[in-house]
Amino acid sequence: MEIGLNHYLILSAVLFALGVTGVLVRKNAIIIFMSIELMLNAVNLAFIAISHFTGDLGGQIFVLFVMTVAAAEVAVGLAIIITIFRNRQSINIDDVSILKW
Amino acid sequence: MNPIIFLILSVITVGAAVMVIFSRNPVSSILYLILAFFCLAAFYVILGAQFIAAVQVIVYAGAIMVLFLFVVMLLNLTKISEGGSAFGKTLGVIAAFILLVAILTVFDKVSLGPAPSTELTTTQSLGEVLFTTYLVPFEIASVLLLAAIVGAVVLVKRSKK
Repeated sequence: MEIGLNHYLILSAVLFALGVTGVLVRKNAIIIFMSIELMLNAVNLAFIAISHFTGDLGGQIFVLFVMTVAAAEVAVGLAIIITIFRNRQSINIDDVSILKW
Repeated sequence: MNPIIFLILSVITVGAAVMVIFSRNPVSSILYLILAFFCLAAFYVILGAQFIAAVQVIVYAGAIMVLFLFVVMLLNLTKISEGGSAFGKTLGVIAAFILLVAILTVFDKVSLGPAPSTELTTTQSLGEVLFTTYLVPFEIASVLLLAAIVGAVVLVKRSKK
């Protein structure tokens, strides 16, 4: 059996769904953040697989930009988490629901 | 490519991703996520994207995850009570499963045939494209990083009373 594009896409979809599960199920803000990273990586895998199977470099370039945005997001997000922890002594997202309607 | 290698790597990746979500201790969650990132880097090498694989290991597994680990240990978050109703969690898992089915339905329609038998992409060709066609997005990305640095510093700075 030859490993084709669809196998990579299925793996990518499974990883993305696992990331979504993490965001929906967990209450710890750090774990939710890591689940978002997992989703970004699932998309990166799909990008690189399609880039490989079409012979187009654009996918790899886009992965570089996704990584840049992820790095920026992590820096700001972790700063927000530290600030929340400083003010509320907790990073359970149920304790930080002021903005929730 | 050998299907056995693909299978082993996928099982490790998915297993590590599951452990990230369901592990009780945030530190072990982070370590499992690093394992998943390393397996993804292996996939990138197999798919002929060596530079991206190197960046994955250096930036993701090296820098970003160390930042996570640093925050978890700095705030001493290893013992966080996890509330939430079992009903809500079941609902979350079901919703994610429905999403998975939806994505797989779309991906099932994708077919591109075998990969073109070109050489592995070198870092040189990647750099040439990045600094010609994608030069403007590259510069904008640097501005984004600057804004993120300033934002992070402003957020964690204690205001003087």
